[in-house]
Amino acid sequence: MSNYIWLIPAAPLAGFLINGLFGKRFPKPVVSSIACGSVFFSLVAAVLALIELLGLDPEYRSIETLLFSWIPSGAFQVDIAFLLDPLSAVMMLVVSGVGFLIHVYSIGYMAHDKEFSRFFTYLNLFTGSMLILVLANNFLLLYVGWEAVGLCSYLLIGFWYKKQSASDAGKKAFIVNRIGDFGFAIGIFMIFWTFGSLNFSQVFESAASSFQIGSSVITAITLLLFVGATGKSAQIPLYVWLPDAMEGPTPVSALIHAATMVTAGVYMVARCNVLYTLAPTSLLVVALIGAATALFAATMGLAQNDIKRVLAYSTISQLGYMFLACGVAAFTAGIFHLMTHAFFKALLFLGAGSVIHAMSNEQDMRNMGGLRSKIKTTYLTMLVGTLAIAGIPGLSGFFSKDEILWKAFSSEHGGVVFWLIGVVTAGLTAFYMFRLLFLTFFGKPRYDKHKSEHLHESPRNMLFALASLAVLSAIGGWIGIPASMGGGNHFERFMEPVFASSAALASHGENHHSHVTEYLLMTISVLFVLLMIYFAYVAYIRRPQLATSLRERFAGIHKVVYNKYYVDEIYAAVIVRPLIVISMFLWKVIDVAIIDGIANGLAYMVQSFSGSTRVMQTGYLRNYALMFLGGAIVVLAFFMSMR
Amino acid sequence: MEFPQIDYVAILPEIIICGLALLIMLFAAFLPRDRRWITGHIAWFGIIVASFAVWMNWGTDTRTFAGMYSIDLFSSVLKLIFLLGSLLVVFMSENYIRLHKLEAGEYYALIIFSLFGMMMMASAADLVVFFVGLEIMSVALYVLAGFRRSDPKSNESSLKYFLLGAFATGFIVLGIAFVFGAVGTTSIAQMFDPQQYTLANSFFYLMVGGGLLLIGLAFKLASFPFHMWVPDVYEGAPTAVTAFMSSGPKAAAIAVLARVFVVAFGQHITQLSPMFWSLSVLTMFTGNLIAISQTNIKRMLAYSSIAHAGYMLIAFATGTAEAVNSVVFYLLTYTVMNLGAFMVLLVVEGKEDGDNEITSFTGLGRRHPFLGAAMTLFLISLAGIPPTAGFAGKFFLFKAAVAKGQIPLVVIAVINSLISVYYYLRVVVVMFMIDTQTEFRPVSYPAFLYVALVVAVLGTIVLGVFPTSFFPFDIPLLASGR
Repeated sequence: MSNYIWLIPAAPLAGFLINGLFGKRFPKPVVSSIACGSVFFSLVAAVLALIELLGLDPEYRSIETLLFSWIPSGAFQVDIAFLLDPLSAVMMLVVSGVGFLIHVYSIGYMAHDKEFSRFFTYLNLFTGSMLILVLANNFLLLYVGWEAVGLCSYLLIGFWYKKQSASDAGKKAFIVNRIGDFGFAIGIFMIFWTFGSLNFSQVFESAASSFQIGSSVITAITLLLFVGATGKSAQIPLYVWLPDAMEGPTPVSALIHAATMVTAGVYMVARCNVLYTLAPTSLLVVALIGAATALFAATMGLAQNDIKRVLAYSTISQLGYMFLACGVAAFTAGIFHLMTHAFFKALLFLGAGSVIHAMSNEQDMRNMGGLRSKIKTTYLTMLVGTLAIAGIPGLSGFFSKDEILWKAFSSEHGGVVFWLIGVVTAGLTAFYMFRLLFLTFFGKPRYDKHKSEHLHESPRNMLFALASLAVLSAIGGWIGIPASMGGGNHFERFMEPVFASSAALASHGENHHSHVTEYLLMTISVLFVLLMIYFAYVAYIRRPQLATSLRERFAGIHKVVYNKYYVDEIYAAVIVRPLIVISMFLWKVIDVAIIDGIANGLAYMVQSFSGSTRVMQTGYLRNYALMFLGGAIVVLAFFMSMR
Repeated sequence: MEFPQIDYVAILPEIIICGLALLIMLFAAFLPRDRRWITGHIAWFGIIVASFAVWMNWGTDTRTFAGMYSIDLFSSVLKLIFLLGSLLVVFMSENYIRLHKLEAGEYYALIIFSLFGMMMMASAADLVVFFVGLEIMSVALYVLAGFRRSDPKSNESSLKYFLLGAFATGFIVLGIAFVFGAVGTTSIAQMFDPQQYTLANSFFYLMVGGGLLLIGLAFKLASFPFHMWVPDVYEGAPTAVTAFMSSGPKAAAIAVLARVFVVAFGQHITQLSPMFWSLSVLTMFTGNLIAISQTNIKRMLAYSSIAHAGYMLIAFATGTAEAVNSVVFYLLTYTVMNLGAFMVLLVVEGKEDGDNEITSFTGLGRRHPFLGAAMTLFLISLAGIPPTAGFAGKFFLFKAAVAKGQIPLVVIAVINSLISVYYYLRVVVVMFMIDTQTEFRPVSYPAFLYVALVVAVLGTIVLGVFPTSFFPFDIPLLASGR
C-alpha cells in the first residue's frame, strides 16, 4: 500500500522538468496549467495518503516505502525512500495545499512578467524539493531536499536579478544559509558516526534504547542540527537574510519565506524529537533561542514601514514561537502552530501582494491608507489573517498560540519566563499587525492621484487563493481545540504516535495544573492582546499625531529599532569585513601566488612532457613494431622469471 | 569420427548473428546501389533479435562443443554489451555511409561478422575457439578500417592495422602452441592442472605461452607499449568504424584476459599483479598525457581510449572476481559514453572529409544546445565525473581495487582521471565559451543517429544514477562445468 507516495514529490518535479525544458515555447496558460496541475495532483495524492493513514490503527501509522537503494556502499546505506506518518502527512498537506493556492495566486500576480515560465519552473522545483524534504525517511534525503529548497529560495529571491538589491538579497540568503547548513551537515556526519545509519527509524530507535538522557554526543548532534535550523528558519543569530528575502516576488515570500521552507527547521527538530528529548541542554537552547527570536523580531516589526518587511519580522517572530514550543518539548504544539501559521501568514503575504499589486508596486505603508473601500475582498481576508495571527479567540492562531503559551508555562522544560516572553510577544504581534492593517486600509489616502487611477482589485484567481486561505485561517485551528475548552484536540491525538517514544523517555510526565490555571493564563494573554490592539487603534486611527509624538519623544530608541538594532551593520563590521580581508589574503597570496603557481607549473610540466612524448608517434610502422618488440621482450622476461 | 553434442539453443545468438551477416552479403549482391540502405535495417533488426536470443539464454550455465564453448552469465552480459555497441554503431552508420557514398552491402556484413567474432571470444572456453573468434573479429576490422577506398588515409589505416595485427596474431598463435606443448590441452579450465604437465619444465613453457598471449591481447586492448597503432588507425578509419573499433574489440580482449589470466592463471595472479600494475600505470599515463597535446578530436579520443584501457587493466592488477565484474560494468559504461561522443562527432563532421579538428566544435553549444549538452555529458562521463556512467564505472572498479589493497594504483588512476579532465573539458570550453562570428556549419538531423544519441544520453545518465539496478555485480567467471 501507499506505493504512490513517491508521486507526491515527483509530480511537481515533472512539472519543473517540462516547464524548464519547454516552458519558453509554451503559451502562458499551458505553463500555468502544468505548474498548478502538478501541484494539485500532489495535493490529491497527499489527501488520499492521509485518508489511508487515518484508516490505520494509530500505532501502525508509520509507513516507509522504498523507491530504490540510492547509495549502497559498504556500511553506508542510503535509500530513496519515503516515510509517511502523521508528522510528514501534516507537512505534505501544508506544502501541497498552501503551495497549490499560491501557485494559483501566482498566475494572476505574475501575469505580466516576461519570465512567467521561469517563475513557475522554480516554483515547481521548490514544491517538489520541499515535499522530498518532508517525506524523506533518512537524514541524507532530507538534506537533499533541504539544500534544494535553499537553492530555489536563492533563485526566487533573486528572480528579478537585474535589480541589484534582489540579487544581493539572494546571495545573502544563500551565504547565511551555508553557515547553518555547515552545522547541519556536520550533525548528520556525527549521526552516521554514532549510529552507523542515517535512517530515521533506526537512528531514533537506537538512540532511545542505548543512550541516557543528557548524553554529550546526542547534545552535540542536536545542537549542530539546530545550527542548521537557525539558518533555514531564520533564528538568532542567522535570521538576517529573511527580511532581505522580501526582494523576491510576493508569492515567493508567501510560499517559501512564510509558509513552508522556513518552517523546515521546526519540522526537522520535531522529527528528531527523540534526540532532543535525550538532550535537555539542547532543548533549553532551542527554547531560549526561540523565545529570544520571537521577542526580538517582534520589536523590530514595530517600526518597519515596508508592508512586506513587517510580515517578514513577524514570520521570524512566529518561527521563534514554534521553536519555543519545541524547546519545551511541546512538539505537537509547535507543528500545530506551524500549520496555522502557514495558513494565516501565507494569507497575509498574499494579501500584501494584492495590496502591492493594486498600488502599482508601492510597498511603503506610509504611502497607503484608506484602501478598505477600494479593495474590499483583500481587506476582509487580511482582516481575518490579522485577527488570526493576533490570537483572537475562535480563529486558528488563537488555539495554536494558546497551546504554546500553556505548554511554555506547564511543561517540565518550560517556565514562567518563557510564558511571559510569549505573552509579551503576542501583544507586540497584535500591535504591529493592527498597525499594518490601520496604516494600509484605514485613515486618509496618502497616495498620489496617479496611483488612485490605477487602483484596482486583484483578478479572480488571486482572490480565490485569498478567500481559501482566509477560510483555513479562520477554521483551521478547530482540529486542535484543547480538552480544557471542550474540544477533542484531534490534532494532538493524531500526532501522538510520532512523539510517543520521546514522551516515554520523559518519564516524569507533565506537571499537573488545573484547568483554572489554564483559563487564567489564557484570559491574561487575550486581555493583553486586546489592550495592544486598542493601543494600535489609538495611535494610528484616533490620534495619529500620538504615534508621531511618541516617535519624536523616543527618537533614540526608535532609531535603533528602526535600523533593526544595527545587527546587519555589526555583522558587517565583525564578521563580513574581516572575512573579506582574510579572503583577499587567501586569494591573492595563497591561491594566486602559491596554489595557482604549483598548479600551473604542474600543468606546464605535463604539457611539455606531452609534447615531447608525442614525437614518438612517428607514423612509421617499423618504429611501432620495434616498440612492440621491446615491450614483448620485457613481458616475456617477466613471465619467464615466474616460479 | 564422432561429433560432439551441440546445444543449438545455447548458441542461438551466434547462429542468428552469423546468419544475419551471410544474409546481408547475399542480399546486397542482388540490390541496386540505391536500395542498399535496406541492409542497414536488416542489420539492426537482426541484432535486436539476437539480443532477445541472448536474453532467452539468461541464466543458462552450460558448455557445449565438447566443453570448448561456454554459455554462462559472464558471456551473456558481454554479448549484450557487444550487441548494444553494434546496434548503436549500425544506427550511427546509416547516415554516415550515405553521406560518404559507401553504400556497399559488405559494410554491415563486416560489422556483423566482427560482432560474431567478439561473441565467440566472450564464450571461448578454449584457446582455439578464442583464436578463431579473434581472427574473425580482426579480419573484418582490417577491411572496415580501409573502407573508404579512395581515401589514402583510410588505406594507410587499414594497412597499418593489418600488419601490426598480423604481428600480434603471431604472438598469440605461438602462445597457444607453447601452452599446448606444455600441458597437452588448450582448454582454459584445464591448463593449470599439474597432472596435465607433459614435460619436466612444463610450468616454464606454460608461462612463456601466457606471456605471449598477454602480448597479443594487450595489442588488441591498446595497452602500452603495444598501443602505437591506435592513433593512426583511429584517425584514418571511417569515423563510424573508429567508433566500433574503440569499443567492441576492447571488450572482447578484456573478456579473454579475464578468462585466461583470472581463471586459468588464477593461482598465479598475485605474482602477475606487478606486470599488470606496470602495464596499467604506463598505459594510463601514455594515453592521458599525449591526449593533452592533440588537436584532432579523433586522435584525442584514440588516446582517451588508450587511457581507458589503462583503467581497465586495474582489474587484472587486482585480480579478484569483484574487479572483473566491475571491469565488465566499466565496459558497458565505456561503450555507451564513448559511442555517444563519436555520434556527436559524426553529426559535427557531416559531409566534410577529415576535418576533425577540435576547433570545428567551436560554438556548437550555442548553435545546437542539444548536441552541445549531449557532448558535454559524454565528455564529463569519460572524465569520470558524477552523476554519469563514467563515474559509476570508475567507482566500482576503484572500489574493487581498494578492497584488494591496490591503493597506490587507485591514487595513480585518480590522478590520471584528473589529467584527463583537462583535455575533455577543453572541448566543452570550445563548444560553449568561444563564440564563432560565422554561422555554425549546418548539421543534418538523421533520425537513426538521433535515436542512438538519445539512447546513449539516457544510458549515460541512467547507468550513472542507478548502476546497481541495471547490472548484475555477481557474475561467476567460468561456467561451473569446469
